[in-house]
Amino acid sequence: MSLINDFIKFNLNETTRKSIAEYLWIGGAGMDLRSKARTLPEPVTDPAKLPLWNFDGSSTDQAPGDDSEVILRPQAIFRDPFRGGSNILVMCDTYTPAGDPIPTNKRFSADKIFNHPDVAAEEPWFGIEQEYTLLQKDTKWPLGWPVGGFPGPQGPYYCGVGADKSFGRDIVDAHYKACLYAGINISGINGEVMPAQWEFQVGPATGISAGDQLWVARYILERITEIAGVVLSFDPKPIPGDWNGAGAHTNYSTKPMRNDGGIDVIRKAIEKLGLRHEQHIAAYGEGNDRRLTGRHETADINSFSWGVANRGASIRVGRDTEKAGKGYFEDRRPASNMDPYVVTSMIAETTILWKP
Amino acid sequence: MAQILAPSTQWQMRVPKSSTFGSPIATKMWSSLLLKQNMKGAAKSAGKFRVLALHSENSTVNRTEKLLNMDITPYTDKIIAEYIWIGGTGIDMRSKSRTISKPVEHPSELPKWNYDGSSTGQAPGEDSEVILYPQAIFKDPFRGGNNILVICDAYTPAGEPIPTNKRHKAAEIFSNKKVVDEVPWFGIEQEYTLLQQNVKWPLGWPVGGYPGPQGPYYCGAGADKSFGRDISDAHYKACLYAGINISGTNGEVMPGQWEYQVGPSVGIEAGDHIWCSRYILERITEQAGVVLSLDPKPIEGDWNGAGCHTNYSTKSMREEGGFEVIKKAILNLSLRHKEHISAYGEGNERRLTGKHETASIDTFSWGVANRGCSIRVGRDTEKNGKGYLEDRRPASNMDPYVVTGLLAETTILYEPTLEAEALAAQKVALKV
Repeated sequence: MSLINDFIKFNLNETTRKSIAEYLWIGGAGMDLRSKARTLPEPVTDPAKLPLWNFDGSSTDQAPGDDSEVILRPQAIFRDPFRGGSNILVMCDTYTPAGDPIPTNKRFSADKIFNHPDVAAEEPWFGIEQEYTLLQKDTKWPLGWPVGGFPGPQGPYYCGVGADKSFGRDIVDAHYKACLYAGINISGINGEVMPAQWEFQVGPATGISAGDQLWVARYILERITEIAGVVLSFDPKPIPGDWNGAGAHTNYSTKPMRNDGGIDVIRKAIEKLGLRHEQHIAAYGEGNDRRLTGRHETADINSFSWGVANRGASIRVGRDTEKAGKGYFEDRRPASNMDPYVVTSMIAETTILWKP
Repeated sequence: MAQILAPSTQWQMRVPKSSTFGSPIATKMWSSLLLKQNMKGAAKSAGKFRVLALHSENSTVNRTEKLLNMDITPYTDKIIAEYIWIGGTGIDMRSKSRTISKPVEHPSELPKWNYDGSSTGQAPGEDSEVILYPQAIFKDPFRGGNNILVICDAYTPAGEPIPTNKRHKAAEIFSNKKVVDEVPWFGIEQEYTLLQQNVKWPLGWPVGGYPGPQGPYYCGAGADKSFGRDISDAHYKACLYAGINISGTNGEVMPGQWEYQVGPSVGIEAGDHIWCSRYILERITEQAGVVLSLDPKPIEGDWNGAGCHTNYSTKSMREEGGFEVIKKAILNLSLRHKEHISAYGEGNERRLTGKHETASIDTFSWGVANRGCSIRVGRDTEKNGKGYLEDRRPASNMDPYVVTGLLAETTILYEPTLEAEALAAQKVALKV
């Protein structure tokens, strides 16, 4: 076992210029991350210099068996925290051999929106709060919960510490450092209200980078839970009843919102979002209706509301923003299993491009 | 206010650079903990040592540990700051972390933050933001590197301390010129009990039964007398690393109960250091799979309770003629016994019975070398004519900001009437 350990820790830089690139993409379910590795003749830091690749789309529900090649286009590079050295993780998106984005490729249209001159001029920033639940393997019951029963009711667990209040901290802490190492703009973590539920935040990230960073952070998290023998769940309401759900609150601002007088720009943006509530909700994650009940710090899925420091509203504006007259706002509707490419580009589109 | 900055150069030199990733104190402590726990016969049934998520079935080597102990300083200037605060019950600690763009030396360099007060019983849902003000920095023994722990207190968005914020008032008392001039020192003896997870029965005790009566356990050694030493020892080093002024540790009279002391600390630091040491202790017990209890009387019957004896002195007490100042202070304390007792911890009445080395909760008493009194003065202090006093009344779940602030207020700022003084002097047999 120690021999395997030695090989994993092996520093390739001492013997070769070659490096390993792990290509990542999103599979046919829209939420399943896939990856495979290839050798590069030398270290690469620019995605444009990486070769296109392909994979068997018929094995991920993304292509028929008789025409199964799906093309991988590298879009963003991060350092590999598992292999170290000059090895990299590469976030890709997926195309037909003819060069068209396949239906599950949500990055393509998001990128078009973020490249639109009106959107680019506004410098949209995103801070995404990714919540997730850790489950025991095999039983799929939350980590630390007694099998066949329930822990004491919610109260002591939010940001809690202690063996009876905090389950799985090692995973969260390992993930924090791994992401910092990788070059992901991870800004914080905390234990959540439901025991065995955690949250990390990525941001502020500009435009399309928010989606890239969040997907790679999700990948790193899934690799770490794999090592730990614990199952990762992005289900928005893993346990029905008096237990909080899991969301992906998306904080958003544009240059005008961050400057003086921004609070009015924010109000106008929120009004526009209110007019497209149903379209947004439809894109904010499967199963969100089980989570957005109006209880447990959520707003009801059917109604749109906003408020300052109000965690029971669809959109929350922070007290700092209200006081300073400028800042950002938080869309609390997206579920933990949302696609950040979809959500970030939709918020930008509705608030900047769309005319009611 | 004065900050305790960890002697960073000292520790960085001692961290070996042998592995590709640097390893803070934490790793080495955990491997030894693992070994020792396996060798302890009696403690085997009690709280299996378990660092959550370190062992997996489907990978042959464990790499979470590598990531946890990774030294990120070669790759980024960023540091991780764990903001710590006290929750709605007054004894529950909460924390969350954020990335700071580069290492900081002073809490004033850290941004204020906020949290969801509706989830900790400290704010309503429709106006849930509670603001965190960084007050003291310590090195993070779990993350190593330049990462830090930050003790904070809580305010409304308008800038008022929220009701559970006891630090604010203590800081005011400690800024009072009269108090500052007296340079108040505190040495706090924090007792605590370790419980087995799920059953909540003390560590090392047979489930469904009791160990042999008290006698062999105080400062004891041996698998049948000492339960959980690794937690106490790991905590000791973690606190020293963090920059906490921990001065000692010992096994207590009740088996499964331990004590550590923090001090001497000046003024508000005493509170900051105790709260941070409690946080570190709860993080360590979390990793060990053992439950920390600060209950003042965890087991009813012929078993000691857990206290937080607070040793106290002012400049005048430490100088020539200090013994008279100490007696005057005890007089003042005797006149405010009820106010102090009501602030010395929930459930203290179960502990202060007059038995098991406590004084009865209703009567105020003092004595030299007398552990059955409310206030004890050491033989050294009596002999030298100067020194300090020990308030034995506070319970293990006391809030050190409240207790230290009250002690300073009652002995330095409070002026009783002459008649009250004379009456009290008679009652407690004190000639001042």
